Amino acid sequence: MKENPISFQLKLNPDDFLPATDDEKQSLVVMRESVSFWKDGLRRLRKNKVAMVSLWVIIIVMFFSFIVPIFYPYSYETQVKGANSLAPFEYSIEEQARRDAGEFVFPHVLGTDKMGRDYAIRVMVGSRISLTVGLVATAIILVIGSVYGSIAAFFGGWIDLVMMRIVDIIYTVPDILLIVLLSFALKAPLAELAALPGFGWINVVGTNLISIFIVFALLYWVGMARMVRSQILILKESEYVTAARALGAKSGRIIKKHLLTNCIGTLIVTTTLQIPSSIFTESFLSFLGLGVAVPLPSLGSLASEAINGLNTYPHLLFIPALLISLIILSFNLLGDGLRDAFDPKMKN
Amino acid sequence: MLKYIVKRIGLAIVTIWAVATLTYFLINMVPGGPFLSEKAVSPQALAALEAKYGLDKPLWEQYVTYMTDALHGDFGDSLKQRGRTVTSIIATKFPVSAKLGGTAVIVSLLVGVPLGCAAAMNRGKALDNIISVVATCGIAVPSFVICTVLMYFLGVHLNLLPTFGLTSWKHYIMPVISLAFYPTAYIMRLMRSSMLDVLGQDYMRTARAKGLSQKVSIFKHALRNAILPVVTYVGPMLAYTLTGSFVVEKIFTIPGLGGEFIGSITTRDYTVIMGTTIFLAALMVVMNVVVDIVYKIIDPRIKLK
Amino acid sequence: MSEYLVDIKNERLSFFTPAGEVKALNDVSIHLNQGEVLGIVGESGSGKSVTAYSLMGLTAHPGKLIGGTIEFNGHQIHEMSEQEFRKIRGNEVSIIFQDPMTSLNPVFTIGNQIEEVILLHTDKDKKQAHERAVELLTLVGINEPEKRLKQYPHELSGGMRQRVMIAIALACEPKLLIADEPTTALDVTIQAQILELMMELKDKLGMAIIMITHDLGIVASMCEKIAVMYGGRIIEYGTTDEIFYEPKHEYTKGLLKSIPRLDAEEHERLVPIEGTPIDLLNPPKGCPFAPRCESCMKICLREMPPVTTFGDIHYTQCWMNQKAQMEGGATNE
Repeated sequence: MKENPISFQLKLNPDDFLPATDDEKQSLVVMRESVSFWKDGLRRLRKNKVAMVSLWVIIIVMFFSFIVPIFYPYSYETQVKGANSLAPFEYSIEEQARRDAGEFVFPHVLGTDKMGRDYAIRVMVGSRISLTVGLVATAIILVIGSVYGSIAAFFGGWIDLVMMRIVDIIYTVPDILLIVLLSFALKAPLAELAALPGFGWINVVGTNLISIFIVFALLYWVGMARMVRSQILILKESEYVTAARALGAKSGRIIKKHLLTNCIGTLIVTTTLQIPSSIFTESFLSFLGLGVAVPLPSLGSLASEAINGLNTYPHLLFIPALLISLIILSFNLLGDGLRDAFDPKMKN
Repeated sequence: MLKYIVKRIGLAIVTIWAVATLTYFLINMVPGGPFLSEKAVSPQALAALEAKYGLDKPLWEQYVTYMTDALHGDFGDSLKQRGRTVTSIIATKFPVSAKLGGTAVIVSLLVGVPLGCAAAMNRGKALDNIISVVATCGIAVPSFVICTVLMYFLGVHLNLLPTFGLTSWKHYIMPVISLAFYPTAYIMRLMRSSMLDVLGQDYMRTARAKGLSQKVSIFKHALRNAILPVVTYVGPMLAYTLTGSFVVEKIFTIPGLGGEFIGSITTRDYTVIMGTTIFLAALMVVMNVVVDIVYKIIDPRIKLK
Repeated sequence: MSEYLVDIKNERLSFFTPAGEVKALNDVSIHLNQGEVLGIVGESGSGKSVTAYSLMGLTAHPGKLIGGTIEFNGHQIHEMSEQEFRKIRGNEVSIIFQDPMTSLNPVFTIGNQIEEVILLHTDKDKKQAHERAVELLTLVGINEPEKRLKQYPHELSGGMRQRVMIAIALACEPKLLIADEPTTALDVTIQAQILELMMELKDKLGMAIIMITHDLGIVASMCEKIAVMYGGRIIEYGTTDEIFYEPKHEYTKGLLKSIPRLDAEEHERLVPIEGTPIDLLNPPKGCPFAPRCESCMKICLREMPPVTTFGDIHYTQCWMNQKAQMEGGATNE
């Protein structure tokens, strides 16, 4: 057989023009690996350095708040005699004497406050309180808000109208007023409740802390409720839900398969961003003197107490102030990272 | 339009009434009263005081009386500050807070909007990163931290600025920064994300295809669309900021409405609590209407209903 | 300088995404005379819009021209700066986008958006620009133009908005109009009206049109030449008659089999092209269409087919034609 001129250049031979098999064709198609929603999100999150650093900061802060105080040689309420208002790593006269005698005295890493309490442990316990308030309050807000919001969205009509009016009204009442009044109002009944058998734990947690949780639960779910409601309303109208309904899917399946999976990203993000906002509010309340009861510290109350001695002992203010900003910042950045990773709709 | 106005006024009255009623019964349900903390008061004197202010009558009767008076514009006398009416207290304290808050809102808009835009237009570049970091840090710092840090460095340490009162423009600097800090950061973030959203819209591609310069397409076509979320945020924020921040007023010793309000709650000055709450609620409602109207002006698609 | 109005030679364009280089255009060559209508046909992602956008410097962010030359009306497009582009956009070359619902800015009146482009590119003052806008709306068949100019986009129907988009595009009497799927988002009856209007205006104003579409019906009725794109390449190029009656590429043949025809025999069925378009992030070594091709040969999987030409302008890139030529050559001996 005579060869065509171009065959020389490309070194063709007649076999090349035989039909290719399906396998050969398939081997050519390089499909991008398909990944699940969670896997894809986690991969994107792991790639986000800022979010990962924030996550580590949160883990470290949690370690110091929840684990370290258990082993710490000082307690947040014990007043060390003669050790008032020490600078960091300074020792009281008595402690110095013990040191001179060759005894090991654990240093006051951050000094002491004016009542002679070790400041490092107070800051740690303070951030424990702040974190607890942030996490527990957010959990309460999440539950109440999403239940309320989804009920309003599902039933619609006048039920929705009335429920959302209530939200508007709660939104309009100055929150400080409600907080102050509620914390006064709750004190007596909580104390009574604590006296009953089986409710002793209330005293352990502290009536103030519980009233803060109740206040959060009563007030701050409104934002979450609005968010969940609007999210569900959008999803309800979306074409794939209509399509699922047209295909005869049951309500339960639509809720589980479509509404929940599409809501969960937004819900995770909103929840993560609610935590710093709860911590923010708690610190503000403690600053006003409406937060946790003395001697229990929170970061806000520590800062508040330190203001009067600002000129002489600025570190007493700056340490809790910095720590609270760091915690809030980390949660915010983690929330942003989660949004980028899990909620492509909200991503820019 | 007329229907809208009537509907909004009706809704406003209902909201304010609901807030007032809720507040009224709430403060009266809480144990304690305005005169209980004054230990020197004898039972006879207490009874006389309560009779004077009508506190001995049944609660619903007090409520009806209060509401009727309030409808006539009479919010009663302060229970604690003898001889002063609630109206006169609000009239003297509100302008102080409003001036401060108004300045802060203007500052936050003037700083937040352009920087947010700049970040969006330089997405992914150094400027965007810097602005985003600053904004994220900005929303993470509580106002009392900013107040005290400013106070310590500018006021006490360097002695550059006066630390209390509001008598000269210098006195305004630190409180205004403290008040404007959070909203500025928030507006920056809001503006950035909404601008990014608008820049991706089809009509921005049309503007480019027409041959418009980047400046014209941003300032004319993008800004007006992107500012809408900021308007929604600024409305209620303005109401809160104008009525004063307790923290800022306490730390910088400013005689404003925010401090007055917290003070009245802790001393159980019922009439002042009621007066300021109604005032704040009314301001909120007005601001929401203003936001609706501004929205309508900016975006012709919105129908007022 | 080129004799053509549009002369694209061996254009290569890539999007540099975080996941890697997406080769959106490979060796794309197109030329177009004044007043001619060219149809670019292909699936989503085949590169048809990217080709047209690059002509106006509207390539989206991570995209970059990495080879070839583009000439338009005496301009060296491939060397132009953003500032130079601004002078020709909306003036010498205009574009109509797919979705008229979102392509107009919702917060400005129709009048404002039409007059804007007139004020930008001509010396007309506000009053003259307004007069011109009225003229344009009449031209595109909108009645009560004075009233419409004061309205906002949301007050107009989809077809009406597309007419407004056309008015904006024609405001400065461009030499070239790019229509990026101009009727995809419209109702069928409105589609016909808009296409008719475009042809009418073309005859009136004498501009060239590049019609981007995936609808072969549209190109058949409107275009003089057709470029069929697949996987960032022009795999077949020719006059409308050549493409429709003597298709040379397997993909073109497939496309033609997949459209309904009135003269078809009753038992004839539509034949879809199986499979999905290729991933331009990992393009195959050989012919991009090979994995979906019914007559795929071993060589197709290894080597990109060379260009085979038929007649003046008709060409294709397909090994089947090489094979035919080779066998033809063998039997001729």
